[in-house]
Amino acid sequence: MAEKVIECRELTKQFGDFIAVNKISFDVMKGEIFGFLGANGAGKTTAMRILCGLSYPSSGTAAVAGFDVYKQQESIKRNIGYMSQKFSLYENLTVTENIEFFGGVYGLPMQEIRRRSNDLIRTLGLTAEAKKLVGALPLGWKQKLAFSVAIFHRPRIVFLDEPTGGVDPVTRRQFWDMIYEAAASGITIFVTTHYMDEAEYCNRVTVMVDGKVEALDTPARLKQQYQADNMDEVFYRLARGAKRSAD
Amino acid sequence: MKQLLVFIRKEFYHVFRDRRTLLIMFGLPVAQIVLFGFALTSEVKNISLIIIDQARDVNSQELTGKIKSSAYFITDESVTDYNDIEKAFKQGTARCALIIPAGFGNDLLHGGSAPVQILTDGSDPNTAKTVVNYLTSIMTGYQQELSKTPPLRYLIQPELRMLYNEEGNGSLNFIPGVMALVLMIVCTALTSVSVVREKELGTMEILLVSPFRPLLVLVAKAIPYLVLSLANFLLILFLSVFVLDVTVKGSILLLVAESMLFITTCLSFGLMISNTTNSQQTALLLSMMGMMLPTMIFTGFMFPLENMPVPFQVISNIVPARWYFLIIKAVMLKGLGFGYVWKETLVLTGMMLATLGIALKNFKTRLS
Amino acid sequence: MSAVILDHITKTYENGKVTAVDDVSLEVSPGELFGLIGPDGAGKTSVFRILTTLLLPEKGTASVLGFDCVKNYREIRNRVGYMPGRFSLYQDLTVAENLHFFATLFGTTIEENYTLIKDIYEQIKPFSNRRAGKLSGGMKQKLALCCALIHKPEVLFLDEPTTGVDVVSRKEFWAMLQQLKQQGITIMVSTPYMDEAVLCERIALIQAGRIMSVDTPEKIIDTFPAQLFAVKAADIYRLLTDLRNDPATESCYTFGEYLHITFRGHPDTNPQQLQEWLEQRGHRNVAVKQIRATIEDSFIRLMNEA
Repeated sequence: MAEKVIECRELTKQFGDFIAVNKISFDVMKGEIFGFLGANGAGKTTAMRILCGLSYPSSGTAAVAGFDVYKQQESIKRNIGYMSQKFSLYENLTVTENIEFFGGVYGLPMQEIRRRSNDLIRTLGLTAEAKKLVGALPLGWKQKLAFSVAIFHRPRIVFLDEPTGGVDPVTRRQFWDMIYEAAASGITIFVTTHYMDEAEYCNRVTVMVDGKVEALDTPARLKQQYQADNMDEVFYRLARGAKRSAD
Repeated sequence: MKQLLVFIRKEFYHVFRDRRTLLIMFGLPVAQIVLFGFALTSEVKNISLIIIDQARDVNSQELTGKIKSSAYFITDESVTDYNDIEKAFKQGTARCALIIPAGFGNDLLHGGSAPVQILTDGSDPNTAKTVVNYLTSIMTGYQQELSKTPPLRYLIQPELRMLYNEEGNGSLNFIPGVMALVLMIVCTALTSVSVVREKELGTMEILLVSPFRPLLVLVAKAIPYLVLSLANFLLILFLSVFVLDVTVKGSILLLVAESMLFITTCLSFGLMISNTTNSQQTALLLSMMGMMLPTMIFTGFMFPLENMPVPFQVISNIVPARWYFLIIKAVMLKGLGFGYVWKETLVLTGMMLATLGIALKNFKTRLS
Repeated sequence: MSAVILDHITKTYENGKVTAVDDVSLEVSPGELFGLIGPDGAGKTSVFRILTTLLLPEKGTASVLGFDCVKNYREIRNRVGYMPGRFSLYQDLTVAENLHFFATLFGTTIEENYTLIKDIYEQIKPFSNRRAGKLSGGMKQKLALCCALIHKPEVLFLDEPTTGVDVVSRKEFWAMLQQLKQQGITIMVSTPYMDEAVLCERIALIQAGRIMSVDTPEKIIDTFPAQLFAVKAADIYRLLTDLRNDPATESCYTFGEYLHITFRGHPDTNPQQLQEWLEQRGHRNVAVKQIRATIEDSFIRLMNEA
């Protein structure tokens, strides 16, 4: 039995009368790529915020990397990485400066940062660009770099908030190759997305509809269950009945 | 025509549905009037003054009595040691000190002159100067009292009148300045932001692709702000008259007309800025830095232009608010007619036409 | 006569340093639903802006409905509808106010062309007094489409209308486009989602400012030159590394839970053989099938050939 890195039981978040997250329960295993899907307003972001230690749940329990989301938010933050498409790197800092900054945020010693940073720049093939501003890099490289920075401090779990959008199919695959590699090295990947083709890459996916977990299984079994050709259709069947929708 | 009206109505919706804009628009003038009218007076009152009277004779008592009875000072006679004065200055408990040496009365009456020492905190030179002026004038008064017998044969007695502001109302000079400042901020900043917001939203692309004439976009943007600025001007005028007791001597109609001219100049500046920027933040920063600072510095309502180095005086000539300030002062406070301000009006008109011309010429019917 | 013609169009930015559109030529027939498929930065938006007369091309000529995009831009502006990529309406105006504003702007009224937008507008009508900023992504997009259609344009340009919108709304949106096509409107739409390509009659695959292929989705898929296999195994990452390192592998890319592979110089590879070969290498739960390429496979192949 693999080790559980996220354990979620009846997790609920309520804003006044509005139940954003309604008694969700699931486990995520070590090294798993776990997809967290839902339409806009389904409660994905709220749930992820709780798991990242950014907000408290209203009720229910959850442990991330073995730490309690009520009491040990600081320890959670130290053991997770985070990347989103909206913000991940400082555009007006160079590649090296970005890496050193984020390494510093997690309190890594400078020597260690230098060593890992050199390795990273070499593996990414960015040696020539190390002193260039991140803003000048193509979108695909930025995404790859952002992901590398998110796992730079070797977190146990990395949260990816809609990580790939709009890049070309080859770059997108290079990005997913990196994710597979990270997962193979034991880092758990938690991806929220509403791009269904990303869902197909996950080991298991959850589909959230109106604050509840409507489905949780491997993409293959979900497709079988809903007699669908792809996750797009699975999602469509599940989310079509959604009552709420907001941004 | 109908398109233009609908467009203008839309602009009003934007203004009235955005609390922040409304606050800048109408909160700003009120705040400025209150600030400049009440808080920022150049008068100095209630200064803490240490008096060390080492003479303790009739004359020294009379002099200190006069100082104490004036409204300007709060006196402290507990300090006796000379060294404690500096301590009090450093702690900020006193701003100035008067030391009357022993034998003051004797020296004054029999020696013909008696020295006193005045120490002031020079870290605030303006206040220090004012304090010295107050003290010397009290002493001069006392001196004259003593000299009454026998009277001086040739006495020059100056009679002072501050024309156009007999009561020495400090707000008078500020009002035209505040008007210029507020109109500048509201017109320039809000107009430029409202155009740039369309670019950010992507709606500008639709507007350009529509059959609506691109220049009319600018007209439609300008008109609501013209109207609102005029309302703003009247609000300031109203506040000045009823809150700060300023009397408008000249023709209101002329004031309004001149203000319209100035407002149009500011709007053109706003449109000019919006042509060259693509983000609301940049537009706001440009209009604040590029327009507000020069208006504050080079208009002459906060810092007298005459005291500035010549290059700055030359620069001040290209600040529209400077000319507007002159016009408003002349019309509102001195009651002068158009015959006296036509030159300034002409300069302002020239500036308006130039900026409007540039703004219209640079407005792109395509994306850059 | 073609509704849209691009003839050797080139557009550069920053004084020629960045080439956004590189010698692009294509034609769209009247009444066609034409897709411009490519990732961010491929030059889709620049093409749309040239056609909607917002940008001037450096080289080449472009025309819409026979009018030149540079010289006759006024005629074009009267006849086309445009929904820019980042178009987000006036957030502080209600649904009805937005629609009314755009109708008036285009010199028409909502009533005049209501039949055209009826099906779409009925869906958002219950919210007509709600501010546009408070609508969900899908509803905003419907409103934006209504606004772009309200003056009954002959050609409709939609720049990435489905980006950032959830699956349900995307499906509905494409259904609406099919309906609009029935009414005879020429539609040119761009999208970064390869799976939407098959919903268009003809598509152009664009990458780095260049058109890689223009044809019907069917024909583009049919011209995929190699045998394509989909493979999966229990440990997908090891499978990927093994196949990538094999000299016989020509290309190997992840496609969801499968890998799509082509081989060098093996004209008749048997799925059975492949499966056995992988099992010999210690892979468990191996599944192999020979498949028909998707637009995405074609796109990747064309990209690598370029």
